[in-house]
Amino acid sequence: MGRVAAILLALLVGACLAAPLYAAHVSGTDPFRTNVLGALPDGAPVMEALPGQLGAVPVGPGWRGAYALGADGLGRDVAARLLYGGRASLAIAAGATLICLTLAAVLGVLAGFLAGPVDAVIAGGLDLLWAFPVTLLAICLAAVLVGSEQGGSLLIPAGILSVVYIPYVARPIRAQVAGLRHAEFVTAARATGAAPTRVLIRHILPQLRGTLLAFLPLVAGMVLLTEASLSVLSIGVQAPHASWGTLLSDGQALVSSRPLVAIAPGVLILITVLCLNVLASTTKQRP
Amino acid sequence: MRLLRPLLVVFGQSVLVFLIFFATPGADPAARLAGRGAPPETIAAVRAEYGLDQALPVQYVALMRRLFVTRDLPSYVNRGQLVVPAVLGAAPITLALSVGAAALWCVAGLLIGLARARRWDGLVLALGLVGTSIPVFWLAEIVALSTQGWARGWFGWVPPLGMRPSGLGGFLAQMVLPCATLAVVYAGVYGRVLRTSIRAAAAAPHVRVAHALGLAPHRVLTRHVLSAALVPAVALLGLDLGALLGGGTILIEVVFGLPGLGRLTYTALTTLDLSMVMACTIYAAVLVAVCNAVADAIVRWLTPSG
Repeated sequence: MGRVAAILLALLVGACLAAPLYAAHVSGTDPFRTNVLGALPDGAPVMEALPGQLGAVPVGPGWRGAYALGADGLGRDVAARLLYGGRASLAIAAGATLICLTLAAVLGVLAGFLAGPVDAVIAGGLDLLWAFPVTLLAICLAAVLVGSEQGGSLLIPAGILSVVYIPYVARPIRAQVAGLRHAEFVTAARATGAAPTRVLIRHILPQLRGTLLAFLPLVAGMVLLTEASLSVLSIGVQAPHASWGTLLSDGQALVSSRPLVAIAPGVLILITVLCLNVLASTTKQRP
Repeated sequence: MRLLRPLLVVFGQSVLVFLIFFATPGADPAARLAGRGAPPETIAAVRAEYGLDQALPVQYVALMRRLFVTRDLPSYVNRGQLVVPAVLGAAPITLALSVGAAALWCVAGLLIGLARARRWDGLVLALGLVGTSIPVFWLAEIVALSTQGWARGWFGWVPPLGMRPSGLGGFLAQMVLPCATLAVVYAGVYGRVLRTSIRAAAAAPHVRVAHALGLAPHRVLTRHVLSAALVPAVALLGLDLGALLGGGTILIEVVFGLPGLGRLTYTALTTLDLSMVMACTIYAAVLVAVCNAVADAIVRWLTPSG
């Protein structure tokens, strides 16, 4: 199971990384330019009027290079946008996960290793954040930050998402380090006269690698899902960037006439997160 | 101390929300509260109203007073609308949605947990994995699309999206699908947790003694197995119910058109109505803290040693 998930995930990441190649050589469309008045390669219009319906409906999927999955409400190539959106979603997931794990490891190790008042402050703060729902925290942060000057950057959603998941990782790390502090091999190292920093680096940090690796896919999956929610709420990824979340909300207007535009990004999110969760459950079983 | 802890949590969380909204560096809170492209007079009025030239603790106390005591905080985007009555009017729908969903997934989880045969293990695991991987907005959209569209034949009893006053029966029919959609996400996880804990509890020595003494099986199950096996699930329930009350239902409410706290937050976010967002988040934080405190109390009541 784990191997299948890893291969599928690698394929998805590879496809998304190859988005510019797809746009240049396969579809030949610009996924970020509105093209309401444009035409397909065979001359048919991108937006067509359906008899008996008001307004225009974008073309549906078909066997062709350009607009293989049809167009969205602004006449943009859905297939190419899915690949470009995947780049943003995956970049945010990867960046946020790495930042989150790093900060969580630092906080958890500081609290667990130093104990005393430092621990009390850090653990108290983590407990407070832990009891605070992730969505709520993300909404507060995003509502304030998205309006600011850097609001359009992908760094904002990545930063927000990395902060909100810190307690999930830092609390177990702190508990693990606090437990290791009194483990026999640590006491033995201390008894040989090793300095605290040496004990920390040589004896405690290597023990945390497994925990962090187990959290990596788990946090990445949660970040992907929350990024999609925030983008649907218009406080995640901002135009002109696109992510699977913004594509999901773009598709909402077309949900009755061209449901595929709303369904396809969700399928990709589901597959990616499922792969990550399968990976997480298989790494957990292996000690 | 036990009663003090939830109060401390609410205090800490309200301070957190306050600091995010009023002390984020590099942004003027008055300009943001006044809304997009507000004239300078409005910004000045906001600054005076919130006492933004005063020290942060003074601002905090004044804000909490206006949110919870006088309840007369206005929205600057929707001129004249009072924020707190809107929040209080919307909260019951979110509460009903969250509690209804929790009831559904607890029943489903218990049924899965009590079906102890090992051959279902793989299925339960898959259900849990898929449930936690589904983007809930997408699932809701598909449920709404199919029950209002091609599957209308089977779902003729489901009222159209949105909420209209139509008595208790209509309300329940309106809430079934949103609750079920949310329940799908959690049912597998709860099933797995309950299976593990029920198995562990059923293997405990005192349960074997109870069986040996000739107690009726259903009595052993309820008195000796479930009372111990429910503890991890209840602890989890406190957190998950809190997550639903604190924003987890937003997208469901948006898709199904339910006028709860979530949709209020959503419209406030799309219009950048920050005073409404702030009121929604602080009231949601209170709901979450209450929910966690209740779950803690139940766990303590279920744990024999206290």
